[in-house]
Amino acid sequence: MAGAAGTPLPPQPNKAAPLYQKRIKIYPKRVSGLFRNVKWVVMLITLGIYYITPWLRWDRGPSAPDQAVLLDLPNRRFYIFFIEIWPQEIYYLTGLLILSALALFLVTSLFGRVWCGYACPQTVWTDLFIWVERLVQGDRNKRMRLDKAPWRLEKIAKKSITHGIWLVISVATGGAWVFYFADAPTLLSDLLQGDAPMAAYIAIAALSFTTYSLGGLMREQVCTYMCPWPRIQGAMFDADTYLVSYKADRGEPRGPHKQGESWEGRGDCIDCKACVTVCPVGIDIRDGPQLECIQCALCVDACNEIMDRVDRPRGLIDYETLAMPQARAEGRETRPKLLRGRTIIYGLSILLTMAIMAYGLLTRSDLDLSVQQDRNPLYVLLSDGGVRNGYQLKIINKAHEERNFIIAIKGLDGYELSRPNHQGPVDVVSVGPDAQKTIRLYVALPKEGLNASRFRDGEAQIRIMLRQEDDQASGDLGDSARPVLASQNIGFRTPPQR
Amino acid sequence: MSKAPDKDELTGIDTTGHDWDGITELDNPLPRWWLYMFYASIVIAILGWIWYPSWPIWVGEWTYSKGIAGFSKRAEVTAELQRVAEGREVYYQQIREQPLEAVINDPQLLRISMAGGAAAFGDNCAACHGSGAQGFVGFPNLNDDAWLWGGTLSDIYQTLQHGIRWEADYETRLSVMQGYLADQILTRNEVSDVVDYVLSFHDQAEDEAAVARGQVTFEQICSACHGADAKGMKELGAPNLTDAIWLYGGDRATIYETVANGRAGVMPAWAGRLDDATIKQLAIYVHSLGGGQDEAN
Repeated sequence: MAGAAGTPLPPQPNKAAPLYQKRIKIYPKRVSGLFRNVKWVVMLITLGIYYITPWLRWDRGPSAPDQAVLLDLPNRRFYIFFIEIWPQEIYYLTGLLILSALALFLVTSLFGRVWCGYACPQTVWTDLFIWVERLVQGDRNKRMRLDKAPWRLEKIAKKSITHGIWLVISVATGGAWVFYFADAPTLLSDLLQGDAPMAAYIAIAALSFTTYSLGGLMREQVCTYMCPWPRIQGAMFDADTYLVSYKADRGEPRGPHKQGESWEGRGDCIDCKACVTVCPVGIDIRDGPQLECIQCALCVDACNEIMDRVDRPRGLIDYETLAMPQARAEGRETRPKLLRGRTIIYGLSILLTMAIMAYGLLTRSDLDLSVQQDRNPLYVLLSDGGVRNGYQLKIINKAHEERNFIIAIKGLDGYELSRPNHQGPVDVVSVGPDAQKTIRLYVALPKEGLNASRFRDGEAQIRIMLRQEDDQASGDLGDSARPVLASQNIGFRTPPQR
Repeated sequence: MSKAPDKDELTGIDTTGHDWDGITELDNPLPRWWLYMFYASIVIAILGWIWYPSWPIWVGEWTYSKGIAGFSKRAEVTAELQRVAEGREVYYQQIREQPLEAVINDPQLLRISMAGGAAAFGDNCAACHGSGAQGFVGFPNLNDDAWLWGGTLSDIYQTLQHGIRWEADYETRLSVMQGYLADQILTRNEVSDVVDYVLSFHDQAEDEAAVARGQVTFEQICSACHGADAKGMKELGAPNLTDAIWLYGGDRATIYETVANGRAGVMPAWAGRLDDATIKQLAIYVHSLGGGQDEAN
């Protein structure tokens, strides 16, 4: 890219590079401007969401927790505001992940690495840690001087304060994480009294360690070497993707500029290196698009400040597509093409995923019935010549109240139900709030019923149904009038005909 | 392939002297972290030999170095099993002390009994009665509603405790289906007639005259145990001959064989072989298989 834009690459020394690149420490300089402000706001919002969410309450009645977002692993329930997910419905989370991935693809193909530059936790926490560093040790030059200085009291004090604050932030980060997995107020008091489960302390310790090391020590190396996303994103850019770019056609040839000198015959870049000193990943944006660039746009702010000062138009470094410099060279007008094949496909995929998930959530039943037929024995011949089959009914009541259901069977005449060790009416089953119940059900059919035409090869298809219970007011409704709440088709087997 | 070690001109590092079609191997030192971990694992291995059981030793017989930690997986398993047994004992004690009716009315004891009963059934009963209690020829199906010796909880419990025709148990359930031809009580024709009479309960008799003759014999001899109506008698373990369930088979040849040579199936007595709590669990489990009858009446 740099070659295409006309910048000659610096000559490489004809020596084999070492296999291990030692890290060159980066001291990003403070910068102010539009994109810096956007980043502060995004940081506030994302950190706010992360720290505050577990403390939001959401009333679900007495039998369920009142935490708005709770991933209750011991009881195998995920609560996300009005959504309550049971283990067998984990695909809703899959849907959420697919949706997030597609949104990331769409945004990336439109505006490049905005996720990396603004919202990624690695960027947000690194930004926060750099802010702390600057607060304690001063800006770029002071920090560089401090690092070179011998270990005297001032240096020791400043360094320990910096690392101390980082550790506090790290522990708070790890601490906030565990609140998503248990009732936050209870857990907080348990944590402070040392009564919390060991898993909580281990999770806090592990996340504190990763936050401290990734945000404080490793920083841009995480993005450059550890994260797979920068490598994947190359496949999502095209000539119409907005990327933070240096306008080489306007900037070159670069060089120092004295006040009052003419701008004729030279580029707007005064080679002040403001864009380099503010860069959190330590690259020179003027070398063209690079793998390391997280596109935080801080160099845009830095360059604009300089352009204002030397009285040249802003935007020497700016969000630009790859098609734009080419169009300028050919003297054409370019219009951003937001609607194009890939963005339309990503957009439609997002709408489709959202529609499927909304449909799934809206038609989600608060009752599940799963029937299994006994296979050993397949059937039992009774003394009167009739046949009995056994079934296992698993009933899941997701409602937050106890409910009674009436068991009914369609497809058999004159059947008789029985349940082992069961007291009370044989066809009434009651399931507790937010609970699952397994019952055994025997269905006996007298000899006369066996000759019905519905039997094919000794097997009939029947339907086991859960009907709504009669309410007090209307009395016994009779089977046909009770709405069917859940049902499953299953076989009824008889001995082979002799 | 191998020649004298040489310096690689690009990196300035010695080569091992190995050369494959111009590809040489650099003699780089091992990474420090790797080397130290290697040394550490050697130390840990030696400590492990001292700490844990490790080496086989011959001292007249084979044994092994026990290690100073006194660690033994077998002892752990034994202790673990002991703990499980102790945990169960609380409930087993209750099951032993309480009457069967009380056990099935206690939801927790019922759950334990059903699980324990199913496991004990698989271990002890399935060999004859089948893993689904479906039975085989001569071994009754325990799912159905026909019971030779009664299908209430207490009937099943008694059968389990004392067995059937189990000579070692003097309380065992005992009755005799003689071999009426073998013992020369009936002639071949008389046996055949009785079989015809039995088949007539199932509309399978072909010879009306034989049925009439057989009825006379049946009322004289068979009804003593099977009853005048042939519906059997559970006190004597005599099966109902009019229902659809046959222990050995309901075809003419099999019934003839039964009458001619007799039947004497045996079930072991389990009292003394199994814990009383386990026998009760088995009774509860078998009773729940679908054919269990209510007490009293």
